[in-house]
Amino acid sequence: MLRVDVEKQLGEFSLSASFSSEGRVIGLFGASGAGKSSLVNMIAGLLRPDRGSIVIDGETVDDTASGIHVPTWRRRIGYVFQDARLFPHLNVAQNLDYGRRMNGHAPDPAQHRRVVDLLDIGALLDRRPGKLSGGERQRVALGRALLSKPRLLLLDEPLGALDEGRKLEILPYLVRLRDEANVPMVYVSHDVAELRQLATQIVMLKQGRVTSFGGVKVLT
Amino acid sequence: MLDISPAEWTAILLSLRVAVIATLVATPFGIALAWLLARKDFWGKPVLDAVVHLPLVLPPVVTGYLLLLTFGRRGLVGGFLADHLGIVFAFRWTGAALACGVMSFPLLVRPIRLSIEAIDRRLEQAAETLGAAPYKVFFTVTLPLALPGVLAGMVLGFAKAIGEFGATITFVSNIPGETQTISSAIYSLIQTPDGDAAAGRLVIVSIVLALGALISAEWFARRATARLHGN
Repeated sequence: MLRVDVEKQLGEFSLSASFSSEGRVIGLFGASGAGKSSLVNMIAGLLRPDRGSIVIDGETVDDTASGIHVPTWRRRIGYVFQDARLFPHLNVAQNLDYGRRMNGHAPDPAQHRRVVDLLDIGALLDRRPGKLSGGERQRVALGRALLSKPRLLLLDEPLGALDEGRKLEILPYLVRLRDEANVPMVYVSHDVAELRQLATQIVMLKQGRVTSFGGVKVLT
Repeated sequence: MLDISPAEWTAILLSLRVAVIATLVATPFGIALAWLLARKDFWGKPVLDAVVHLPLVLPPVVTGYLLLLTFGRRGLVGGFLADHLGIVFAFRWTGAALACGVMSFPLLVRPIRLSIEAIDRRLEQAAETLGAAPYKVFFTVTLPLALPGVLAGMVLGFAKAIGEFGATITFVSNIPGETQTISSAIYSLIQTPDGDAAAGRLVIVSIVLALGALISAEWFARRATARLHGN
């Protein structure tokens, strides 16, 4: 599903990571500054590796040896950021519809309804992002990413900006997403409890290096 | 209340036509340039930035004279346009529009540039991850978020264009019905005996137009802030 073998120098920090996974939810675990976000940004194509390759679902999206670099917008990935990044000039319904419009997909009301129900955002459709709570914003961001029909969903600390209560409010949605949406995910977190609940495989990062890789039990 | 004569109406309507055309034609160029200056780093950028602002500091008569040399019938560009495309600027209202467009360009570009610089680039990244090609990102995220700045720039540019005098009169002279705008009409009137009343009426029209433009520019700027906060 996902094969990563990259090196990247970012100022003083050097990142060198290699792993390959067929897991449904790959948990990328590490302290802040371990290189998790840089790694996810490379998978998304927002950051270009100095050396190495990235293969998503059999397609090589990065390979420095043969000069391949597929731009972000052609990677068919979904990305949920810590800070939601909803478009402020569009309401929730338009935000949700954005990916479909950009990719030129035909409307898919059934899928739309499924995602809206899964995330309980039906009541928010007419609102502007400025009028949403942090948790609601994150649920809409999840829906927006899913509705662009990605082949891989990247979640970079999606609960990081929320307080404990809100986290507990969103977690069940993420579990449902994992079990029902059928999209493989890369889930970045520094929270062991979160990853225990969600991940099926763990990649542990420390100072830019993969220190262990395996089942959830590596989180001891 | 104001008893405006047909000749004065001619000057007012000509001014409006010149300013509207100048603003509409200059806007796409203004957006492109503002984007370039806000987003790109390239060799010669400080020079380009200075050239854009030049009409603001150069004596208008110099700008007008340079336009005459370039876009006059015997000018390098003017000759080519007249011979090959049949577009003539010299002593025509189109020339007045060109002069007004050039003179108001710095005022048009500045608010657009500021509003593009204020956009959170991470929103554009998000659009890209959702499958939007760069030009689609520009038209669906960048431009809508910069729109209040674009409108503010257009209003300011329009206000400047409607009041332009020095470059216009130098380039296309002061021909009633063809190139005589409000400003050049006032200029002629105050040199004519008994022209004071007519000049006074046109002065009032100028003040009303300028004030209206400034107030709407302010209103657009406030809308911009609200929009970027997602309310």
